[in-house]
Amino acid sequence: MLKTREDLKAFRALCQKAVKAEPRKILVCAGTGCIAGGSLDVYAKLKEVMAAKGLNCSVQMEVEAGIPDVALKKSGCQGFCDMGTLLRIEPQGWIYTKVKPADCEEIIEKTILKGEHIGRLAYHHEGRACKCAAEIPFYAKQTRVTMARCGEIDANYIEEYIAAGGYEALEKALFEMDSDRIIREITESNLRGRGGGGFQTGKKWSQVARQKETVRYVVCNGDEGDPGAFMDCGVMEGIPHQMLEGMIIAGYATGASEGYIYVRAEYPRAVERLRGAIAQAEAKGLLGDNILGSGFSFRLRINRGAGAFVCGEGSALTASIEGKRGMPRVKPPRTVEQGLFGKPTVLNNVETFAAVPLIIEKGAQWYRSIGTETSPGTKAFSLTGNIRNTGMIEVPMGTPLKEVIFGVGGGMREGATFKAVQIGGPSGACLTNDHMDLPLDFDSLKKVGAMIGSGGLVVLDENTCMVEVARFFMNFTQKESCGKCAPCREGTRRMLEILERIVAGEGRDGDLEMLEELADTITATALCGLGKTAASPVISTIRSFRSEYEAHIYEKRCPAGSCQKLKRITIDPELCKGCSKCAKVCPVGAISGKVKEPFVIDGNTCIKCGACLTTCPFQAIKEA
Amino acid sequence: MTETVETQVLDRIITAHGQKPSAVIAILQDIQEHYRYLPAGVFPYLAKALKISQSGIYSVATFYENFSLLPKGKYVFKICDGTACHVRKSIPILERLRAELDLSEEKPTTDDLTFTVETVSCLGACGLAPVLTVNDKVYPAMTPDKASELLNSLKEELKNA
Repeated sequence: MLKTREDLKAFRALCQKAVKAEPRKILVCAGTGCIAGGSLDVYAKLKEVMAAKGLNCSVQMEVEAGIPDVALKKSGCQGFCDMGTLLRIEPQGWIYTKVKPADCEEIIEKTILKGEHIGRLAYHHEGRACKCAAEIPFYAKQTRVTMARCGEIDANYIEEYIAAGGYEALEKALFEMDSDRIIREITESNLRGRGGGGFQTGKKWSQVARQKETVRYVVCNGDEGDPGAFMDCGVMEGIPHQMLEGMIIAGYATGASEGYIYVRAEYPRAVERLRGAIAQAEAKGLLGDNILGSGFSFRLRINRGAGAFVCGEGSALTASIEGKRGMPRVKPPRTVEQGLFGKPTVLNNVETFAAVPLIIEKGAQWYRSIGTETSPGTKAFSLTGNIRNTGMIEVPMGTPLKEVIFGVGGGMREGATFKAVQIGGPSGACLTNDHMDLPLDFDSLKKVGAMIGSGGLVVLDENTCMVEVARFFMNFTQKESCGKCAPCREGTRRMLEILERIVAGEGRDGDLEMLEELADTITATALCGLGKTAASPVISTIRSFRSEYEAHIYEKRCPAGSCQKLKRITIDPELCKGCSKCAKVCPVGAISGKVKEPFVIDGNTCIKCGACLTTCPFQAIKEA
Repeated sequence: MTETVETQVLDRIITAHGQKPSAVIAILQDIQEHYRYLPAGVFPYLAKALKISQSGIYSVATFYENFSLLPKGKYVFKICDGTACHVRKSIPILERLRAELDLSEEKPTTDDLTFTVETVSCLGACGLAPVLTVNDKVYPAMTPDKASELLNSLKEELKNA
């Protein structure tokens, strides 16, 4: 238990000494992605091999323990998910990719015992092996600020975070600053909400601090529901203490003594790591009564979501914490006035809280030196879809789209051509080749009708049908609509019906106009932010890909060749040998003909199931 | 119809979260973890314990996607249909599993309560799309064939158990 600031400083010195004493380190990526790819098996195998070789391997840093031969650690997400399982070897800083349990023997034998690099496990760029992060374009082109510690320390132990300078900002806040100073610093930094809204954090905090009501709450929105976004998951799993530190500082600055973290149910590992982190912070006296003897007390609880996307909306989220249906309410009163349990509430996103300790430590001036004038700092994105380098990235706000897609992302996957990138999930829009120079920041995106959302970037290639993408998002929004307001409940259903008809080849003249009209109405009249932006994916795809919609409606053709119902399956009479295999496999009897003569498919009966395609031994059946 | 519920189990869960209305979601989550669904008998018991109406609890249980009022199978397949998985072809995987088990969106669980097949929105493993989970173990970079193989290996496991 650390009772004073001096205690924490002394403990930090011990932790740093213990970290420095570790002669060699292996950090196994234990983010959701790498674990799914089997990184825990690699971890177990490394441990086993080291034990067999008589190496003294520590799995938990202990300040009083002797010096181990090798420290084996589970880090948070190292970012380069596509290359998992990722290993980071210290002190050399080498990165090994696609590591399998079968490689472990060699890693210990060569790299750990002899200090040799294994070229085969390195990332290769243009035929050259890249040893360290600085040589790998995916990492070299990023600016890791908020996520700097993520992937570099063991995510499971507070000692590691403290050794890396963790909780220094809390010290500074508690003992060198008062509430006003902290809020001024955050306001001057112009930190804007990373959850998508982009509201100024400092303004939010000062509004809460100004309320007459003295019972106040700090709430962290970890309900990262946008499909295709997983940066908040990365923060919660990889640097949980940094987020907690930000929340404690927020509590101190706004006079709250209780905080809640709302995590979506699909992130069980984030819940587990946060629970562990809270327990450790309590045990060390960094959470609880009279933190470090400052007189300030703060407690944190975790609430798990139960699978409702709408709970990412502020008032729905607080309703859910209260044990109610997660439905948004009419505002005002705003959350800063009457939020959780009707009390003034600071509600910020995971990444926003994680940025707070850095701003307190290094100052608003420093933070503003990164990013753009109106959107300072960095933003984490998750880069997925048909792109070469998928993973979790961080770049300065205002980085041009092409830098992200072709620089960090390495361009398209083999053989694919860039078509669009979907940003901001179901509230977002599609950016195309015309937007390659667009700086990614709050205001530039807003100008083109898109939004940063929570930061999911899904890259689409030419085989992706944009009408189908619009249908996919509308289907999502419609299913997730809470049903409270009619524009969203009814409007999204009508839009979905039209989109479903269009992709099924039953589009009609006037459909596009109807979609646009419905979109206008929903945007203007829906109750909450999710409803207001529900039509964005449709509107942005109509704007950029109108001809694709028209081809579906008027020509009954899917230019991307993706819509099942619009496919035409034909038999090439030149290649068909009349074996009749296709006719036997057809579930609806659409294929007929005489044996040893070319068969034909009746287009009206055919359900485009594709069964014949895979059956034909002569590749005579084609899909167009 | 009211199924019998073990009151000791419910009492233990209620005590752990505190006997207050705001804890109802956390309590329902733990009950569901225990039974793999919410048996009907839970509602009158909780209503009394937490002093909220049965309909109030029912409205919460039916609002959230994760709660199920119907029993689920021993193995629950969840096919991720987040954007990244969707554009990397997750639907054919879902269709294959449903076809092999004779299931549909309306009938997600086999009659012998062995398998459940459902979709889930984004699991956050987008880098390895498409993914699916079986009882929360994640299987990356799936294809319909790999899903069939997985299903067959689970069937084998059951036979040998």
